[in-house]
Amino acid sequence: MAALSTLKAQTRSIDIATCRDDFPVFSREVHGKPLAYLDSAASSQMPEPVMRAYTDYHSRYHANVHRGVHLLSQEATEAMEAARESMRELINARSGKEIIFTSGTTDAINLVMQTYGRSQIGEGDEIIISTMEHHSNIVPWRMLCDEKKAVLKVIPISDDGVIDMEAYESMLSDRTRLVGIVHVSNTLGTINPVKEITRLAHSRDIPVLIDGAQAVSHMKVDVQDIDCDFFATSGHKMFGPTGIGILYGKEEMLSKMPPYRGGGDMIISVSFDEVLFNDLPYKFEAGTPNISGAIGMGKAAEYIQAIGYDAIRHKEQELLKYATEKLSAIDGLRIIGTAPEKSSVVSFVMDGIHPHDIGTILDLEGVAVRTGHHCTQPLMDRLGVVATTRASMAMYTRKEEIDQLTAALQKAVEIFK
Amino acid sequence: MNDKMSQLYQQVLLDHNKTPRNYRELENADQESLGYNPLCGDKYKVFVNIDEQDIVTDVTFIGDGCAISKASASMMTNIAKGKHVDEIDSLYHQFHDMVRGKLDPDTDPNDLGHLKIFAGVRDLPARVKCAVLSWHTLNAAIKGKEKVSTE
Repeated sequence: MAALSTLKAQTRSIDIATCRDDFPVFSREVHGKPLAYLDSAASSQMPEPVMRAYTDYHSRYHANVHRGVHLLSQEATEAMEAARESMRELINARSGKEIIFTSGTTDAINLVMQTYGRSQIGEGDEIIISTMEHHSNIVPWRMLCDEKKAVLKVIPISDDGVIDMEAYESMLSDRTRLVGIVHVSNTLGTINPVKEITRLAHSRDIPVLIDGAQAVSHMKVDVQDIDCDFFATSGHKMFGPTGIGILYGKEEMLSKMPPYRGGGDMIISVSFDEVLFNDLPYKFEAGTPNISGAIGMGKAAEYIQAIGYDAIRHKEQELLKYATEKLSAIDGLRIIGTAPEKSSVVSFVMDGIHPHDIGTILDLEGVAVRTGHHCTQPLMDRLGVVATTRASMAMYTRKEEIDQLTAALQKAVEIFK
Repeated sequence: MNDKMSQLYQQVLLDHNKTPRNYRELENADQESLGYNPLCGDKYKVFVNIDEQDIVTDVTFIGDGCAISKASASMMTNIAKGKHVDEIDSLYHQFHDMVRGKLDPDTDPNDLGHLKIFAGVRDLPARVKCAVLSWHTLNAAIKGKEKVSTE
């Protein structure tokens, strides 16, 4: 089919050194300054090939999927299934049946909560998460625990932001029904030992869900190697569109789980008395999906593969080292999150300057960062800070942007001295 | 320095941030209210004493947040003390209109005085709620509401 062949034909090796040219946003200015975009952990920028895949769908073969017999619908279906295959390949799932399109990581986690959680977790059962979870991997479980009178247990972390594995091991019990853990902390950058965490849970037959929103743009994720039962991620954190994500689930888990939402596309037959549900992955995809979003995310997965994770990891670790050194040299600045294994995220606080004032001063100097609690309020409480400023880098980040950040921070120090 | 930056972070604002005025709890206050901005974590408690003629005889605050929110709270307590609740209500609306760009303190009639230094916030939509948090909280305290949130 035309759509699939076009998508695959465009995949080629891309040099990380020049990939920045593929991102149109970097040509713009902010408050009269060149844009230094250090907020990729909140949302990564989108390269032109992803935009093109997105607009191609709308300009050439916009139609509904899995329904029509006409050519446009067939092409749309083909392109969406090609995107599923690209995502399967990116995280090395066994089959496309294990890749469910969702609206994002939050939706994917809620899917597991509503289906696996509500059917398998009852009064007195335990769910284990960690102190460094994003609200999206806390709130659904808190809601479930309140509904079912289950117990939410929280793995402690060290001051530098490392999970206490001994404490974790001792928390696993006969009542544990799920371990939910963030792969890479959005606030601290800590890379958690998800393979070991999974191994320990599996030794007691406890399933593991991994919040991978911050992982996929930075490092090779192999769900078969990790052996996790669920893995959730978002398109817009991996150079794709917003409003799209995936839930990976092991086929044996997904096939046992009840459906998530009811509606069209997730059924084989419907009468007023009885509904026969569709096979995987469609059982979990009710209604017309975010077709253009899925196609865009698939293209983003191909884009990442064309650059290659070795090149990405190498460049980002260099950026992390550079940023850590530069920022540490600023008077009164303290880095929050100093785990030995980190992705390219530097969170910090400064003596006498609130993160929101830092954020405004940086913005006026063209530097985009995130300030606040980063949707990790319990982690902020644990670390004894109200908010931090977070500079997060990606494969397209330049050292000059970190220099721009450093100069702007010096200005903040001057103003507030 | 960038114009917007120097306009916003003026010496007066930085001074009120560093040494906030009326920064204390008011024991046995007639009214108090907690103002919270869940997005930033800014949190202020405002205490007021109001006499029988509806004059605010004392107003103090405690809490923490960014320089804009703290300086705004500090300057607000200075200006509100000794005023009738109706005057405060009018200032509250003028201040609100100024930081949202609906009132230009240089051309439109107003009683804002020193509070004009917050006019620069109108160019920074993300910071409007920082500037108005303490005003919302004072307004709530006067009206006898215990909690207010900017979200």
